[in-house]
Amino acid sequence: MKREEILQKYTPELENILFILHDLQDNNPQHYLSKEDLEAVANYLNVPYSYVHGVATFYSMFSLKPRGKYIIRVCESPACHLMGSSNIIYELAKLLGIGIGETTSDGLFTLELSSCLGVCGVAPAMMINDEVYGNLTPEKIRQIIEEKRRER
Amino acid sequence: MKLQRAHVLVSVDPETVMAGAKEVEERLIKEIESRGLSDEIKVLETGTLGISGKGVVLVVYPEGIYYVNVKPDDVPKIVEEHLLKGRPVKELMLPELPVRAVKRETVGLTRKQVRIVLENAGVIDPENIEEYIAVGGYEALEKALTSMKPEEVIEEVKKSGLRGRGGAGFPTGLKWEFTRKAEGDIKYVICNADEGEPGTFKDRLILEGDPHKLLEGMMLCAYAIGARKGYIYIRGEYALSIKRMQKAIDDAYKYGLLGEDILGTGFSFDIEIKKGAGAYVCGEETALIESLEGKRGQPRFKPPYPVTHGLWQKPTVVNNVETLANVPSIIKNGAEWYKKFGTEKSTGTKVYTILGHVKYPGLIEVEMGTPLREIIFSYGGGIKNGKKFKAALVGGAAGVFLPDRLLDVKMDFDNLKEYKAVLGSGAILVMNEDACMVDMLFSIIRFFYHESCGKCTPCRIGTRELLELIKKVRKGEGEESDLDKMIKISESMWKSSFCPLGQSLIMPVKSAIENFREEFVKHLDKEFHCENCRR
Repeated sequence: MKREEILQKYTPELENILFILHDLQDNNPQHYLSKEDLEAVANYLNVPYSYVHGVATFYSMFSLKPRGKYIIRVCESPACHLMGSSNIIYELAKLLGIGIGETTSDGLFTLELSSCLGVCGVAPAMMINDEVYGNLTPEKIRQIIEEKRRER
Repeated sequence: MKLQRAHVLVSVDPETVMAGAKEVEERLIKEIESRGLSDEIKVLETGTLGISGKGVVLVVYPEGIYYVNVKPDDVPKIVEEHLLKGRPVKELMLPELPVRAVKRETVGLTRKQVRIVLENAGVIDPENIEEYIAVGGYEALEKALTSMKPEEVIEEVKKSGLRGRGGAGFPTGLKWEFTRKAEGDIKYVICNADEGEPGTFKDRLILEGDPHKLLEGMMLCAYAIGARKGYIYIRGEYALSIKRMQKAIDDAYKYGLLGEDILGTGFSFDIEIKKGAGAYVCGEETALIESLEGKRGQPRFKPPYPVTHGLWQKPTVVNNVETLANVPSIIKNGAEWYKKFGTEKSTGTKVYTILGHVKYPGLIEVEMGTPLREIIFSYGGGIKNGKKFKAALVGGAAGVFLPDRLLDVKMDFDNLKEYKAVLGSGAILVMNEDACMVDMLFSIIRFFYHESCGKCTPCRIGTRELLELIKKVRKGEGEESDLDKMIKISESMWKSSFCPLGQSLIMPVKSAIENFREEFVKHLDKEFHCENCRR
């Protein structure tokens, strides 16, 4: 969907800004908000660019940097931490050869940390895009990543 | 509900979908069809059944038999043996029925669960408004609109003793009364569904398992305070909750339960969903209001409170999901009925999530005042793999670490206060002997450091200082004075932070260091080996 079409779905009121930013980001193949996006939102809602930038950077679900096809968000809340999420993060970083907040050079994976995903019964857990994975072990991680690499 | 001889409920939530619930459901429908049983047996999607970590979970009614770890290939057997021939498949049944999954008919046993908020979760199809109505849904709304004045609704809620379930425990009826009496024609109801407290997913289960109950609670609140617009602010990560809630709202409009002139009584009310975008601080009511208005979600100065100056400076009630979900039962059955549950000053029930090293991680609803020991060892099944209990983190990240000697605390607002603890969000994270308190405190401080919104100095700088200190201790580079310094910093944050985020760090910091000081001191030795902290 084009940027203008997305904007037109919402009335130009400030209370819709989070919906609009979500929608723009979800429709971007690189899962991020570009400078042009922010400018368009500022124009549409009639607020300064700095305002939109301020909102977009406040919330952790928005990214101003291009991200991979698969965004891996590992839960690092105490519940997952207790069940070994550090091992999972370590394993992912090693497998993908990237640090937290980085994207692999083939543009496939971005590794991020997330606050509680609310699926603590299967800790440690993570999300890849909208899908939840739980009861993770380093072995399971290797399988999941391999699967995703094949799917590309 | 149509009459069928059996119902198969498929628990559909992020956890079970991940384990293949959708595939199992499809297969069930196919197998039932192929045996010509479609008219007799109905397959229903439902919210979670409160059983965690056990793959796809099914319940077959009327027997109330639970099947766990069900794979699509197990389905033909269940259909053939159980549904057709009436012989339950033993090897797939839940081996030891966890107490929380006790059938509702057996309530009354010593280890009873009392389900008020979750009475329908896992029993009805949350996407079907007719099922909610069939089990007595929207009766409270009808009763209120046709036979009660708004003031009487408030009076009933006040009499019931209901207190906010989001953490602070403020009397709900009083909040409503303040808002009703506040000046102005335009008033709002906001449901706080920005559930971000680590280890908590009770609100998600209400949103996904019984969305109409929440809507009914909001409608009753709106009628009572004189609002005609309501918002549900749901955290952005809860995709399924948003979808189910939207469906419920759409259906309510179709049935004339939302919109203009509801049930022909002249009462009009609209509800809209707003989606968050990942900020823990937005669980604080004024930060949530800021976010809803389209700003950075930073807290406001209080007073004035939202009851007089809330959304767009209009009088506003902000209530947690669980709080609102209590209201329909109170109005329907009366305050006297509600007060029979719980303790004198903490009435009703509380929903808890039990997590960590317990046998049955998951969700329960029990009366206020239930001892913590009973929750962990009866409902949670105790510590798994024969390990020993070490500590429980009660109330979420902004909660306290309790050692074994403090487990007899009764879980209600006032008793916990005596232990300098809080009910918080109702999360109970249980740790066995292998867990390291230094490492756990590190995880909590890191979380707060990340989520501090940056508005006030004590919290912004305090969380950073605490993180540096705990890292030092973790690495074996700390000194004993660092431990006292951490308590001192968190005390200053408690006294001077702008909102509860910075104010509450004192609870985990102080309780961890005071109750497990020996372990912290051991970590000061560079040579000390800790599996969790040093690798």
